[in-house]
Amino acid sequence: MGWYIGRRLLQMVPVFFGATLLIYALVFLLPGDPILALFGERPASPAAVAELRERYNLDEPFIVQYLLFIKGIFTLDFGESFSGRPVIEQLAEAFPVTIKLALIALAIEAVFGIAFGFLAGLRRGGLFDSTVLFLSLVVIGIPVFVLGFTAQYLFGVKWGVVDPTVGGDPTFAELLLPGAVLGALSFAYVLRLTRNSVAEALSADHVRTATAKGLGRPRVVTVHVLRNSLIPVVTFLGADLGALMGGALVTEGIFNVPGVGRLLYQAVIRSEGPTVVSVVTVLVLVYLLANLVVDLLYAVLDPRIRYV
Amino acid sequence: MSETTVRPGQEHYVAPLDTTPLAAVDAVDESTPSASLWGDAWKQLRRRPLFIVPSLIIVLLIVVALFPSLFTSVNPRYQELSRALEGGSEGHPLGFTRLGTDVYARLVHGARASISVGLITTAIVVVVGGVVGALAGFFGGWIDALLSRLVDMFFALPLILGAIVMLQALQGRNVWTVALTLSLFGWPQVARIMRSSVLQVRGNEYVTAAKSLGLGRFSTLARHVLPNALGPVIVIATISLGTFIAAEATLSFLGIGLPSSVVSWGGDISNAVPSVRTDPWILLWPSIALSVTVLSFLMLGDALRDALDPKGRTR
Repeated sequence: MGWYIGRRLLQMVPVFFGATLLIYALVFLLPGDPILALFGERPASPAAVAELRERYNLDEPFIVQYLLFIKGIFTLDFGESFSGRPVIEQLAEAFPVTIKLALIALAIEAVFGIAFGFLAGLRRGGLFDSTVLFLSLVVIGIPVFVLGFTAQYLFGVKWGVVDPTVGGDPTFAELLLPGAVLGALSFAYVLRLTRNSVAEALSADHVRTATAKGLGRPRVVTVHVLRNSLIPVVTFLGADLGALMGGALVTEGIFNVPGVGRLLYQAVIRSEGPTVVSVVTVLVLVYLLANLVVDLLYAVLDPRIRYV
Repeated sequence: MSETTVRPGQEHYVAPLDTTPLAAVDAVDESTPSASLWGDAWKQLRRRPLFIVPSLIIVLLIVVALFPSLFTSVNPRYQELSRALEGGSEGHPLGFTRLGTDVYARLVHGARASISVGLITTAIVVVVGGVVGALAGFFGGWIDALLSRLVDMFFALPLILGAIVMLQALQGRNVWTVALTLSLFGWPQVARIMRSSVLQVRGNEYVTAAKSLGLGRFSTLARHVLPNALGPVIVIATISLGTFIAAEATLSFLGIGLPSSVVSWGGDISNAVPSVRTDPWILLWPSIALSVTVLSFLMLGDALRDALDPKGRTR
């Protein structure tokens, strides 16, 4: 186990440097003046240009620029947005909201995805299975911003069940609809994953043994089938927590949830380049970390992984 | 019946020569083609509605994208501001947008942007990801270690986030720059699938046979490994095509995908947002077109996966 953790951590190092180098190079090595590009279509004042040039150390050689950027990450110095507030301060305010939203989405997709997937997998090829499989494909096929606006219009405007937008300091109930929209895509994936995994486990040797030695079907299905087929689902859910942080971009923008996603959404809309780079960097780090934790979790749950 | 010596008590054990199974083996007509993976898959597919329906929709979409003028004669950029947000009427079946352009004409002309971004991106991703994955899987060793770490680096950047960073720094966006940006973050997935598929095929006896007969390494890869490893890649490519179309629409919706001079569904959805509470149907049409397109590619991929994977078949 120690070996596995050590190897996995070592593999993280080049990936971390590679990914941050990639982000940095994308912004500052593209043809054209990066500083002017960071302003998007708007005119840039010479004072702001000079300030940014100094801030991003553009007069230094590239490798020095990059190392200073890395230093900024480790000292939590992400610069200021155009409004003059430090980005780290905004992130600190927004992160709890996004984590709350992501956890709601995660709970929704886990409960419904596993339940429907389990029932479908038990009777593979049946009517329920085919219907659920097709509907899950429809959910995957509808882009999240289309789903978001449809849900917002139906529940918020037409039927008036909930407030169409959330606003500052949201409560649990207010986050329910955005959470459901955010979790919809992964709900479909969890459903399909559980369904396949359950269907496969049903024909496994240990399940046949359990049935042969006379255990009742409810016990076989819950203890021997479901528990084993949940291993890939649990790891998917873990990795998804990181992905949901990034996926919140569109959902939070539509429902006006004051989280990290909306921070990024507004920075993109106002073409605030430096803020975009900082927020994306933080999100990628969260994503990498979530993946690392999930890989370790996988090794704990499934002994076969440790010895490969 | 020929006369064979049968000892008493052995009648049941020795079959006469002309009724042995050998006769049946000899009777097999070897000139008929064997059921290959692809022939078998095609037999499966052409009976399944889950394959036929999306295929027809995709063919229709490609025709619309190639010849939009066959379906509408209205200029999608022509603005009649006096008729903005008006409902359907003669010659304008779906009414007008907030900016006074024809909803139906924009729907028809928007297909081209989505389809071309999807096709270009998928083509690049399959070639780049396929080559990297095949080399890593086939040669192994340090080549694999190097290429796999490269794939990991790009994989660490989620598609939309990476595309946002790159596109907001790019000046002069068009179909090609958007497609190239999506390819940059889309190829690692294909590379991973190709690598694991090649790894699986590489261990088969016919590959060992080809090698021991003296076939060169690249010829073995090209003639025996690649054709048999391609199945999963084609499945993921079909599904990714849908994903790329959705990603382009999301980026255009955020205002950093295709510029407003290009007619696109994502851009139209974005333009319809301010009037969503009063006139939701303007938002509805491009949303439906987009969803049906993405769904068709997903369904096609799903049907291909079922057909190409004999193990997972239910019947």
